[in-house]
Amino acid sequence: MARILICDDEPNIVVSLEFLMRQQGHEVRTVGDGDAAIAAVAEFDPDLVLLDLMLPGRDGYEVCQTLRADGYRMKILMLTAKGREAEIAKGLAVGADDYVTKPFGTQDLVARVRQLLGAGA
Amino acid sequence: MVPAWVVVVVSLAYLGLLFGIAHHGDKRAAAGRSLISSGVVYALSLAVYATSWTYYGSVGRAATRGLEFLTIYLGPTLAMACSAVVLQKIIRVSKRYRITSLSDFAAARYGNSRLLGGLVALIAVVGTVPYIALQLKAVSSTFRVVSGGPVSTAGVPPYADTALYVALVLALFAILFGTGHLDATERHEGMVAAIAFESVVKLVAFLAAGLYVTFGLFRGFTDLFDRAAASPALADAIGIDGYGNWFWLIVLSAFAVILLPRQFQIGVVENVDERHVRTASWLFPLYLLVINIFVLPIALAGLLTLGPAVSPDTYVLALQQHSALALMVFIGGLSAATGMVIVETIALSTMVSNSLVMPLLLRRPSWGHAGLAGRRDLGRLVLRIRRVTILVVLLLGFGFFRISGDALGLVDMGLVSFAAVAQFAPALLGGLWWKGATRNGALAGLVAGIVLWAYTLLLPELARTGWVPASVVRDGPFGVALLRPQELFGLTGAGTVGNGVFWSLLVNVVLFVVVSLAGQRTPAEAGHAALFVDIDRRTPGPGTRFYRGSVPVERLRDLLARFVGAEAATTLVAEHASRRGAPLPDDAQAEPELVRQVETALTGAVGPAAARALVASVADEEPLGMAEVVELVGEAQHLRELDRLKDEFVATVTHELRTPLTAIRAFTEILRDNPDLPAEERARYLEIMATETERLTRMVNQVLDLARLESGSAEWQLTDVDLGSVIQEAATATAQLFTDKRVALDVDVPRRGAVAEADRDGVMQVLLNLLSNAVKATPATGGRVRVRLRTDDGTARIDVADNGPGVPHADQELIFDRFRRRGAGGTGLGLAISRRIVEQFGGTLEVSDCGGNGRGATFTIGLPVPARRR
Repeated sequence: MARILICDDEPNIVVSLEFLMRQQGHEVRTVGDGDAAIAAVAEFDPDLVLLDLMLPGRDGYEVCQTLRADGYRMKILMLTAKGREAEIAKGLAVGADDYVTKPFGTQDLVARVRQLLGAGA
Repeated sequence: MVPAWVVVVVSLAYLGLLFGIAHHGDKRAAAGRSLISSGVVYALSLAVYATSWTYYGSVGRAATRGLEFLTIYLGPTLAMACSAVVLQKIIRVSKRYRITSLSDFAAARYGNSRLLGGLVALIAVVGTVPYIALQLKAVSSTFRVVSGGPVSTAGVPPYADTALYVALVLALFAILFGTGHLDATERHEGMVAAIAFESVVKLVAFLAAGLYVTFGLFRGFTDLFDRAAASPALADAIGIDGYGNWFWLIVLSAFAVILLPRQFQIGVVENVDERHVRTASWLFPLYLLVINIFVLPIALAGLLTLGPAVSPDTYVLALQQHSALALMVFIGGLSAATGMVIVETIALSTMVSNSLVMPLLLRRPSWGHAGLAGRRDLGRLVLRIRRVTILVVLLLGFGFFRISGDALGLVDMGLVSFAAVAQFAPALLGGLWWKGATRNGALAGLVAGIVLWAYTLLLPELARTGWVPASVVRDGPFGVALLRPQELFGLTGAGTVGNGVFWSLLVNVVLFVVVSLAGQRTPAEAGHAALFVDIDRRTPGPGTRFYRGSVPVERLRDLLARFVGAEAATTLVAEHASRRGAPLPDDAQAEPELVRQVETALTGAVGPAAARALVASVADEEPLGMAEVVELVGEAQHLRELDRLKDEFVATVTHELRTPLTAIRAFTEILRDNPDLPAEERARYLEIMATETERLTRMVNQVLDLARLESGSAEWQLTDVDLGSVIQEAATATAQLFTDKRVALDVDVPRRGAVAEADRDGVMQVLLNLLSNAVKATPATGGRVRVRLRTDDGTARIDVADNGPGVPHADQELIFDRFRRRGAGGTGLGLAISRRIVEQFGGTLEVSDCGGNGRGATFTIGLPVPARRR
């Protein structure tokens, strides 16, 4: 039972993520771009952020960096469309905890979220 | 008058300003925001036609020959009236085949004849040196007038002659303007901007001079003409001094306005957009008309008030009694001269390096094709050749000026140059419409024409300077009167120019036609002839270019087989043979058409650069024009860039494809793992899956489309497409979109719609894309989209206009790049595909200037209308 913030600019992907998280009994908030994500974090104080890297405006890396710079310690799970080493390394370098490549398997995603939340508990 | 140092400082400052303009123009071009992309600028830059001859010489001519000076402007007016046919065709051919000079044009039309290209370059140099000389004369003599120095330079040693320094300064400027960088298209946007500016300056200055003389020295036109009429000596000047020369002068100047190297450079090579020709077709003649208004008044005023000691060629300046005005008039004349010299020498330097020097260098075994192409500093070498050429041409001009001295009449010398370039007319203009013209015909005509030109026009000029005994001209060589250069074979009454033009052009045309008809065309000639003459009937394939080598059919087929398989290769050759209607033995030389097809087929397999290199490797290619050699060198770099693009492209494609896949996979698994979901939720998820699947399909199709278009393997059925009906059909097909978003759609199609030669489905696809984009762009309420079809001379234009936010100026080219989106929801491929499709039919797709100020965007499709359907 945790608070999850979902940040992705593709509405249909958001719908699927939202379903999966609610099914796990989490409380969910969704946003569609980086600025909204940062604003929502301040207000909603999530335990975990599902963060897409390819966002219009401020991209996922920037959001990650900003959140960490502002001292937020919640878990961040990156959703990346590119399984490229460099992308992942960069994401982890700016403070993400783990990553899932799109198209993700639902069970894999759920397992990782559980793992991250468990590790923080 | 004005102290000499002031004139020098002001002149140099003015040239510096020009250079600043040019520099700015080049910077803007590099940033993709062209300064010169307008019909007005194009028309003004064409006015480089008006040189010192116009500025000072017309008055001199009017003072001695009356209204005859007008012929030089009637010719261009006629030529511009036909510009839609002639100039546009030349532009189209040159752009399509990357032709960057007159000599290149001649060589390319006649099966890449290097001999012909070299000859044209040579004639261009010989023919224009006297013309450059007269600009130097005008600048230096007016400099002396304005600064109150001696009028004649007789007896002054060369190093003390102002003309020498004028020549050197102009050489420096031409080098700065024209050889700053090497560009495969040989375009110099900065220079064009500067030339257009100069045209404004010379016009304003000349009008100021004329106004001052007419209304300052006299009390208007009436007063001036009355006083001239009252003077019996002047009554003739207002009249017309015989029509003997009129016809020939009009013919000459009509040819010159297209065939002078500087006019070809500005009118064809530097042309940014074919549509600018339409503006220029009336604006440029209007310019010439306006600049001529005061010619006769100034001439009469000069005759009335200045003594016989003053040369009529300097009246424009000599009549100015205020220092400031005199200086301004001098700067105007300087503009007229510098504009001509800069563009002419740049055009000549391109020709000399591409058609004379490089081919000779490439002939040296140690400088073989590969050796040259392998040189890293090839570009530097070319630039060096051009700089030297510019300097040499200007020094030749100075030399010519020195030997002819004061005998050089501004206009007469200019006419001699006109007559030289008019010799190009049969081969170049004839070759644009007559497929039967052959290389030998062109060579025979050109050689004979230029020999007669030298005999009837150049020789008498030289005789006036004393370099040739005057008796040769007076009594004919060896006293044979029939061979008198200026009355050849007893032709009298045509005037000296008429006589020379008549004989040189007559013999030129006759030989061109007779030799062409008598000889056989080689396959290469026939291929190129068709490429030129039928330019409007061909859809350009990717990388259409001239192939300049020879290769047996067999070698070509084996090469192709290595990449696409023996069967496909054999089929391609067999099909070509059947189209030819003749068997194609293995050892026959492949025709350019076949080589191009093989290259295209290879392009699909290995990409354009590699395909070209492969074909070149089996073909014994002749060295190409400089642009191509440079291109070969640049190709490796280009390849690397393409690779980068490809990487970016692949990354973007995968990202775009992953997005719908992600949603589909997630919901598939959700439905699988949750069999007892409520029915409505289930339905909703299935709906999402269906939408995303459609989106995925669309994207895959688009990526395939683009790949096909880029590799040139798209299959089009070219038919006469009634654009009106396609528009209606597209409107019907998208009606639902409009209804859903409550967007109004106005379709404005004339009853007699335009017909273009294109593939109907292709046009449909583009229209659907533009319409659905337009709907997306409209605001939530009050959305409105207008589709308009109109035709103007040879181009059908379809506007699709929305009232959305518009496209900011900076993005107007970018949105046609792959994956630049106009808002979310698109793949960003639609516009890139649309543009490529339209280009396949020889058309254009552009978004027009709407500044992103909320007044909406207008996308315009331009398609050529075949001549037979106009």
